[in-house]
Amino acid sequence: MTQSKAGPDIAPGRLHEDAYSENFSDLHPLLEPHEAQVEADRCYFCYDAPCVQACPTSIDIPQFIRQISTGNPDGSAKTIFEQNILGGMCARVCPTETLCEQVCVREVAEGKPVKIGQLQRHATDHYMAGHDATPFDRAAPTGKKIAVAGAGPAGLSCAHRLAVHGHDVTLFDARDKAGGLNEFGIASYKSVDNFAQREVDFVLSIGGIELKTGMRLGENLDLAELRATYDAVFLSVGLGGVNALNKEHESQNGVLSAVDYISDIRQAEDLARLPVGRHIVVIGGGMTAIDIAVQKKLLGADDVTIVYRRGQERMNASRYEQELAQTSGVKILTNVQPHRLVVDSGHISSIELERTSTDEDGALKGTGEYLTLAADMVFKAVGQTLVREDLDASITIEKGRIVVNADNRTNLDDVWAGGDCALGGEDLTVTAVEDGKIAAESIHTALSEQAHATTESRESVHG
Amino acid sequence: MADLRTNFIGIKSPNPFWLASAPPTDKEYNVVRAFKAGWGGVVWKTLGEDPAIVNVNGPRYGAIHGKDRQLIGLNNIELITDRPLEVNLQEIKQVKRDWPDRALVVSLMVPCEEQNWIDILRRVEDTGADGVELNFGCPHGMSERGMGSAVGQVPEYIEMVTRWVKQHSRMPCIVKLTPNITDVRKPAQAAKAGGADAVSLINTINSIMGVDLDIMSPSPSVDGKGAHGGYCGPAVKPIALNMVAEIARDPVTHGLPISGIGGVTNWRDAAEFMALGAGSVQVCTAAMTYGFKVVEDMIEGLSDWMDSKGHTSVDQFIGSAVPNVSDWQYLNLNYIAKAKIDQDLCIQCGRCHIVCEDTSHQAITNMVDGARRFEVIDEECVGCNLCVSVCPVENCITMEPMAAGSIDPRTKKVVDKDYANWTTHPNNPMAVKDAAE
Repeated sequence: MTQSKAGPDIAPGRLHEDAYSENFSDLHPLLEPHEAQVEADRCYFCYDAPCVQACPTSIDIPQFIRQISTGNPDGSAKTIFEQNILGGMCARVCPTETLCEQVCVREVAEGKPVKIGQLQRHATDHYMAGHDATPFDRAAPTGKKIAVAGAGPAGLSCAHRLAVHGHDVTLFDARDKAGGLNEFGIASYKSVDNFAQREVDFVLSIGGIELKTGMRLGENLDLAELRATYDAVFLSVGLGGVNALNKEHESQNGVLSAVDYISDIRQAEDLARLPVGRHIVVIGGGMTAIDIAVQKKLLGADDVTIVYRRGQERMNASRYEQELAQTSGVKILTNVQPHRLVVDSGHISSIELERTSTDEDGALKGTGEYLTLAADMVFKAVGQTLVREDLDASITIEKGRIVVNADNRTNLDDVWAGGDCALGGEDLTVTAVEDGKIAAESIHTALSEQAHATTESRESVHG
Repeated sequence: MADLRTNFIGIKSPNPFWLASAPPTDKEYNVVRAFKAGWGGVVWKTLGEDPAIVNVNGPRYGAIHGKDRQLIGLNNIELITDRPLEVNLQEIKQVKRDWPDRALVVSLMVPCEEQNWIDILRRVEDTGADGVELNFGCPHGMSERGMGSAVGQVPEYIEMVTRWVKQHSRMPCIVKLTPNITDVRKPAQAAKAGGADAVSLINTINSIMGVDLDIMSPSPSVDGKGAHGGYCGPAVKPIALNMVAEIARDPVTHGLPISGIGGVTNWRDAAEFMALGAGSVQVCTAAMTYGFKVVEDMIEGLSDWMDSKGHTSVDQFIGSAVPNVSDWQYLNLNYIAKAKIDQDLCIQCGRCHIVCEDTSHQAITNMVDGARRFEVIDEECVGCNLCVSVCPVENCITMEPMAAGSIDPRTKKVVDKDYANWTTHPNNPMAVKDAAE
């Protein structure tokens, strides 16, 4: 396992210039109309369909597929957007193999589910190519103002639904553009052609949403002030911190945050300028680990190894993602944990790993066997954390996440939260969208009741 | 290998697969290709009088497709041959000389005047063709001029023309019938009365394939307008089978040879037509969809099937299903079947449940003990077969007959072992009463 080499070998432009666009093209090209018709015809239009039950946003999947089949792709897109205004992105990034497509009766019957994700993309792309605005009309203005902190999927979804109900929304984001992880955190080949920003524009087209970027809670934005200024607040700030390895030399050159590098890839104007090592080690077992590993391989690294401390079946990344990594040439090494970062002249040169085993109680322990992997770059993808200092001290936090009820309401009466920063549910784009939708409906109900109560009391005064 | 040789009203062919009178049989070139491919015979595309008719120069065909462009139904507005009569006759003569073992029948359509028929029959006889088929079927174009289905819709005309043909020609005569009529037995009876040796059916069905919603024109559209055309292909087979069966079991026409036409696409379709009394089959759309090679599996498939059933010649099964074609009133009302869902095969799509719940008898569950499960409720099931029809999994739902002597949970009555039909049913006001009463 041990490899010898002299000094770090990190350089940009490891590939022929044509290879970049090829390597980073669409993972699943858009289905052509005829392909979509044929695929849609495979759907059995199930009664009380399992796929709908499995969709976190409860999209009426048999209905939208039937609408593709009947030659009504715009109607199909409307069916999707009714439940999920970010249906376009979800079609690209949802782990459909563990959601709708896993329970598709054709998966059960023949191991070949209807390609629900790709059909959804066919419909939503068709709609967005032909329309500048969302298919919804805003209700009459309510005069209510809501602050949404964080313009990722949860924030966008919440803001859109609130705007539909006639409320005015101010949508804040710490970065210089909206989109959150859709813009900064997803592998490039899953969302090409600046789709995340086009989708943001699509969502904002509803009107009544003012986007303010460069506004960060804990910096130039204060929760107490927001509560005082707005009728309600929705927190969708995501997880701004990253977990540390807590190993010596972690701050040395070549030990990098996967989240930051993924963002760099997404924002890069020229992929050929990104520095790429020959030997890459990625620590972690989630989607972030897969995304960085695959993309490093696609950028021309010689070898990329994901090291994960437990067995492969315990990885958070879906089976499909694991296979994507492996077929892209990434090696997945399991049951090993970082032991020591080895540095040469201030730069990482290799990583020592210890093999692990799990005892009967499920506790992980080192076995005392070690191995060393050469590394020009080590990426940390060991989880992200909520930066609780940014929030009001009075908000309840458990397990590092904001506690919410079934309506995504926090312990503070006028504050709701959703997406990765909220406790519960999987950390997926689609669950964030659902959180935002639920919160928006709850906020709308709460504000409507308030308004109703005010009117009634006024009437009783006059009566 | 079973013997597929066919003798249809004295016309011999190496197999019962003939190409119908249609575009594939318009020229020597096509017909020779067909014979090389193995077709047992052809009915040459309908000849008319000179000057030759003309065809539209825009679309002549329209289609109904499945989602993957499977051709389900086709229609056409092409008329009879648009080539000079003498050219066709010369080619027919040549082909018959070159391919003596194949059936070569000539389709004819001329105005309803005796002399016109005398004239053309004389010229056709001179070619050595095996027989003639009288085109009383085409529903478009020619019918506007008093020919084709305009004749086929009037039994008296059929009888009259058939009689002329038999009187003025030694050739076997097949009368081709139109399905665009209320009771196909009447024209068949007329053909028989006129002396026809056989009937062939069905010709194409009047149809508009669709409407182009952008230009509001029927399709296929010829410069913004559409005319009804003749519908054919797999979609029309059930209609054709019924009409063939009606003629086969009608007391007047029973035994009259039939050449079966209408959506024959493979050997099984052919076997079905033949089981209902057809002595040969005629094919057009399948050839126009895939080319002439489709005959290879028609021949092999039919032969293999016959081997598996122990039939050594086609005569052994032609008409075998005719005795089982009945009227509704004679169906056994004491036969009781219940749907049964094989839970191992069920993929839980729930289609059987929702169609039964919404449109039929509320006889299939969607939930059992809190879990998604589709089971037949025997107390409600009338055995209608809808669930079987919509189930996407073959043989997942079957219709299981109830044993005589058991109790039907729906009616709470004992299943009677004896046959009883509507004619004697107590609810029938016209029921045959006991003589004693």
